This record gives sequence, structure tokens and C-alpha cells, in this order.
Amino acid sequence: MRKNWWKILAACLVCASVVAGFMGPVPKLFLLHETIRNVYFHVPMWFAMFTLYTISVVYSVKYLNNGNPKHDIIAVEAVNTGVIFCFLGLLTGMQWANITWGEAWPSDSKTNGSAIATLMYLAYLVLRNTLEEEQKRAKISAVYNIFAFPIMIVLMYILPKMTDSLHPGSGGNSTFGDLDMDHNMRPIFYSAVVGWILTGIWICTLRYRVRLLESKANQID
Amino acid sequence: MSLLQQITTLVNKDLTLEWRSKHAVNGILLYVVSTVFVCYQAFKSVDTLIWNALFWIILLFASINAISRSFVQESQYRQLYYYAIANPRSIILSKIIYNIILMTVLSAIAYIVYSLVFQNPVGDPLFYFIAVFLGAVSFATVFTMVSGISAKTGNNSTMMAVLAFPIIIPLLIVLITLSQNALQGLDRVESYNEIGVLVAINVITVTISLLLFPYLWRD
Repeated sequence: MRKNWWKILAACLVCASVVAGFMGPVPKLFLLHETIRNVYFHVPMWFAMFTLYTISVVYSVKYLNNGNPKHDIIAVEAVNTGVIFCFLGLLTGMQWANITWGEAWPSDSKTNGSAIATLMYLAYLVLRNTLEEEQKRAKISAVYNIFAFPIMIVLMYILPKMTDSLHPGSGGNSTFGDLDMDHNMRPIFYSAVVGWILTGIWICTLRYRVRLLESKANQID
Repeated sequence: MSLLQQITTLVNKDLTLEWRSKHAVNGILLYVVSTVFVCYQAFKSVDTLIWNALFWIILLFASINAISRSFVQESQYRQLYYYAIANPRSIILSKIIYNIILMTVLSAIAYIVYSLVFQNPVGDPLFYFIAVFLGAVSFATVFTMVSGISAKTGNNSTMMAVLAFPIIIPLLIVLITLSQNALQGLDRVESYNEIGVLVAINVITVTISLLLFPYLWRD
């Protein structure tokens, strides 16, 4: 029980943010109207993805330092889960863009950047599939993972700030928090962020434990 | 030998090997010239936006072809020999430096041929040339490490494209913005931001390559 408190917390926070997200009061804004509720779902996906990718890089560095195969499994499962959250983020973003910006995929630097970052992590998974030998696979994919991470940050968080972007907080736009969110929204938003991040980590640990059991079953005694 | 000596020796070795066979330079030259010609046949005349994009696409594919061979052209036994006598850091640095030299020559030639065949609309030639040079350096630093990774996977050319394209795209976006500014002859102050980002990405890439290559090298 002592170890599982954060899982219960994650479930409670996500449930609370879903209920409060659909029922709670939101400010009446031009253009956004009720779609502002999407901020409880679209933004936490990216936070969760970024957390998982960071975990993956940390464990890749750890793997290179000590060669423990468990760390490699954590790194790859964090990327697997992160990619799912990235797709969910793109999906919720496309729905939102369809209503507020007029089309599902406007040519926006942040949208394109996150799509390319997804390609980068899919390339990481392809790289793992091409290598047969386990130690070599773990080592080389760890190297690529660490190499790709700073480029991902440039792509998703630095370039959109420099060029024109439709997203708030980029290209000289004010951030969402300054302008559009009122004091009713903030607690729901933060609990959604924390809840989804913890859920992501939970999924990642579940996948990691399944992989451990699989490798145990495959072991020859 | 100190690190610096090792690097100069290794760069000299690569340059001498290249000079003897002229294999890479000639092949890539032919590649660039024929691509430019195919594009000319297809497009006849282009406006400035497409002129710029087309140039970078040609340069991108030429550089991927040039650099993907940097680790597979030598046999495994010879690489084992290098591993025995040299520091892995000096090996990756020497490869990066050699590729920067190769890419600078290559992109200069590509630029000249390209602007001979297509009409050259560049408003600020010196600044455009700086953009091309920065592009050559960025391609060299990023692709050298990626070619090191893909050389370990066996099926080299496919993996090289799969791994390298997503990584090079942010650099390419900045490069195209920078060269578009130079093309239109905008005030140079407008582009200092882009140059800063390019230099920063290059420094980061070289640092990470230096840190990671010792792990990649050992087999």
C-alpha cells in the first residue's frame, strides 16, 4: 500500500480532472468558447510525453554507465509509452485546431515540430528492430536516444518560439495562462497535468514488469 | 601522441586516402551536377522560394551520400587497428573535421554549378555563402555521428536515411530561413538569431558526439 499511493493519486486526479473538466465553469472567450476545456486534455499529454522521454534518456545514460539490461528495458518502454502519449496529443490537438484554426493540420511550427519529433522516436524503435544482438542493440539505441533528445527539445520548444506559430507561448504570443485561464481553471489544469504524468509512469512501469516476466520466462536454466 | 597530434595525423590520413583515389569527391561531384541538371530539365525556371528549397534538398542528399560512407569505407580490421593505437575521441573528431572539409568543398562546388545552371537571384551573396558554409558544417557534424551509429547496424544506406532525416530537419528549417533572408537581401541583423541557434546546435552535437562515441566504438 505504501508503494502504491501514487497510483491511487494518479487515478483520482485523472478522474477528478475529467469530471471537473467537463462540468466545471470556464470563462466565455471569443473563438475558443467551450473548446478551452481541451486544455485539460491536450496539454497534459505533452507534459506526460516529455516526462517519459526524459526518463528514457536518464536510463539510457545509466545503461551506458553500468550495462544493466534492466535499464535498457526501462528506456525502451518509456519511449513506447511516450509515443502513445505523443499520438494522443496530436489527436486532441487536431480536434482543437479543426474548430479554432479552421483545419485539422494548419502549417504551424509547433505542430510540425512535434510530428517530426515523433518520427525521430519511431526511428529509434526501427533502429532497435534492425539489431539482433541484445547488448549491441541496447548500446547503440542508447547512443541514438541520447543524441536525439536535445534535437527534440530544439524542435518542439525552441524553434516554435523563434518563428511564427499559432500556439500560445510561441512566436511572440502570450502564454495561455496569462490571458485565457481564470482562477477556476488552474487547479483542474494542474491536477490533470500531474495525474496524466503519473498515469504515464504507471503504464511504463507495468510494461516494464511485463517485459521482465517475459525475459524471465525465456531464460534457460 | 597527444590528442591534437592524433587528430591531425588522422585527418591527414583521410585526406591522403581521398586524394589518391578521388573516389568520394568525383562520385559526389557527378551526383551533384547530374541532380542539378535533372532539376533544370524539370523546372526550367524557378522563383526565389523554390530556388532556395531546391538547393538545400540537393545539398542534403549529396551530403547524406558523401558522409554515410565515412565509417564503412574502411575494413573492420583496420578500424580495430585504429582502436588499438588512437583515442576514440580523436577518431570521431578527425572524422568530423574531415567531413567538414569535404562538405565545404562539395557545397561550394554545388553552389557554383547550381547558380551557373539556374539564374542566381541572391541579394546578399556573401551572407548566402556564410549560410551555405554553416549548412555544410552542420550536415558534417550531425551526419558523422549518425553514420557511426548506422555503420554498426549493417544495412547502412536505409538506416542512415531513417535515422538522419528527422534529426537534420530542425537544422534545415533554420538554414532555409537564414538563406532566405540572405536571398532577399534583408538587413543582416535580422538573421543573427538563426546563426546563434545554428552555432549552438553544432556545439551541442559535437559535445554529445565526443561523449557518446567511446561507447559506440567498442564492440
